[in-house]
Amino acid sequence: MPSNGLLLEITYLIATALFILSLMWMSSPKTARHGVWAGELGMLLAVGGTLLDRGILDYKWIAIALVLGTIIGVPLGRVHMTAVPQRTALSHAFGALCVTLVGTSEFYLRSPDIPPFVMAVLGLEVILGSLTFTGSLMASGKLQEILPQRPITYKGQNVVNLGVLAIAVGLAIFLVIHPDRTHLFPLIVGIPLLFGVLMIIPIGGADMPTVISLLNSYAGLSAAAMGFVLNSKLLIVAGALDGASGFILSVNMSKAMNRSFSNVLFGAFGQEQAAVAGGAEARSVRSATAEEAAAILAAANKVVIVPGYGMAVAQAQHKVRELYDALTKRGVDVKFGIHPVAGRMPGHMNVLLAEADIPYDKLLDMDEINGEFPQTDVALVIGANDVTNPAARSDHASPIYGMPILDVDKARTVMVIKRSMSPGFAGIDNPLYYLDKTLMLFGDAKSFVNAIVRELHGDGQS
Amino acid sequence: MKMDLITSLYVFMLAGFIGFEVIRRVSPLLHTPLMSLTNALDAIAVVGAILLVGAHKSRLSTILGTIAIVAATSNVVGGFMITDRMLKMFKSSRPQKP
Repeated sequence: MPSNGLLLEITYLIATALFILSLMWMSSPKTARHGVWAGELGMLLAVGGTLLDRGILDYKWIAIALVLGTIIGVPLGRVHMTAVPQRTALSHAFGALCVTLVGTSEFYLRSPDIPPFVMAVLGLEVILGSLTFTGSLMASGKLQEILPQRPITYKGQNVVNLGVLAIAVGLAIFLVIHPDRTHLFPLIVGIPLLFGVLMIIPIGGADMPTVISLLNSYAGLSAAAMGFVLNSKLLIVAGALDGASGFILSVNMSKAMNRSFSNVLFGAFGQEQAAVAGGAEARSVRSATAEEAAAILAAANKVVIVPGYGMAVAQAQHKVRELYDALTKRGVDVKFGIHPVAGRMPGHMNVLLAEADIPYDKLLDMDEINGEFPQTDVALVIGANDVTNPAARSDHASPIYGMPILDVDKARTVMVIKRSMSPGFAGIDNPLYYLDKTLMLFGDAKSFVNAIVRELHGDGQS
Repeated sequence: MKMDLITSLYVFMLAGFIGFEVIRRVSPLLHTPLMSLTNALDAIAVVGAILLVGAHKSRLSTILGTIAIVAATSNVVGGFMITDRMLKMFKSSRPQKP
């Protein structure tokens, strides 16, 4: 980045330090808001310093763009908490758009004599940027349900997708060797745009946490590549931090779904469609009413609630909070067990429950809660399915075999709120529902929890 | 120029390691706000776009750069706002120390 003074460089250095501090403070909910402030201060210093840079000749368009960006940004900062996954995907798209456009401009300003190394990172920047742009738009559209959520697969999909990507990479390598063939450049922007769309077509809702993390990582890496092109250390650091964050989250998500990392690295394609096992031997389940469920919950000492995407869909988190209050008032120890891939993005359930004012020290992740299930009287599953499926531990033939799960079947009683017995998204039957200790509570999550709460209030002192 | 690139690679490598160490410590509780925060920080790319538009080198770079500033600014503003909103919601059940 051409800069005129040492002062500006030092400003960038301070901003870089603030960014790292910002992420350090994110380690705990107690200090996390300081992290936001540090990030904001760093951003203010860096942008303010840049605006004062003497290399700027014309402020008119910059000012217009900053105002427009703010006008778009404010509503994006105020979306409803249930819309956070699609908002996040959309912001990955915007970040990638910025990187791609700047990379494109840089190419046309500098060509034809671009040194090989610069051309290589520039190629990386626009390829990652443009595939992240369309990929994130697609993901956001699927999450917002503008686009069909069902994965669309066809024979040879992997070959087609990887082939498309390989052409783009091949052309980029050709441009490194022959940087004067500028007419090829639109292709290394355009082809990854197509690849981004193809990449997300086979992705279903349950894969979204992995995909969003992966797109996050790509967005970060493309920004770091832009830092190389512009020789901006600040941007390299910010991009590397974002890339590392997305990478770690993707690895977490892939572990939580028992996918190999290479499977995740190239998007989630290549997953076998879960064969819907026809073994519908009409096994019997026990169901219960809200009244019975309330009586069992009221008699318990320790209850663990396991929320899933179904809770988010039914907008049941505030009713769950009422249930938490009602039980806590009766002296029941209530905790929440949260699987890493519950919901549509990493940490999705935590945000929804925190929004409903449930204290965060009651929200435990899988490793923390699993040891507690044997001492738990009631495990209440709300809108979660595969993450509680004991077949993942024992049934080698199950498509989800090996996936770490919440051991709800070790609790003394299991209650599952579910609309019907139809299998979940992945089409995998859940043996949990047929256990003797399991009670099925059929109904909409929100209204059923509400009915339980009314029962708990209704019978006064127990 | 060559030295610049080598220095940049060192910076990238070190930042990558710092990133891993720092992010590993982030509680899974906060993974959603973490993602929106890193997204906002990533939008520091706006600096590159501002310099591009400011230098006013060609019509194309001004147009693309202006769109880039709009996109990145919306991430900065929206990203920090929603992160702070989310973090405000995380409360402990233990009474806070005065």
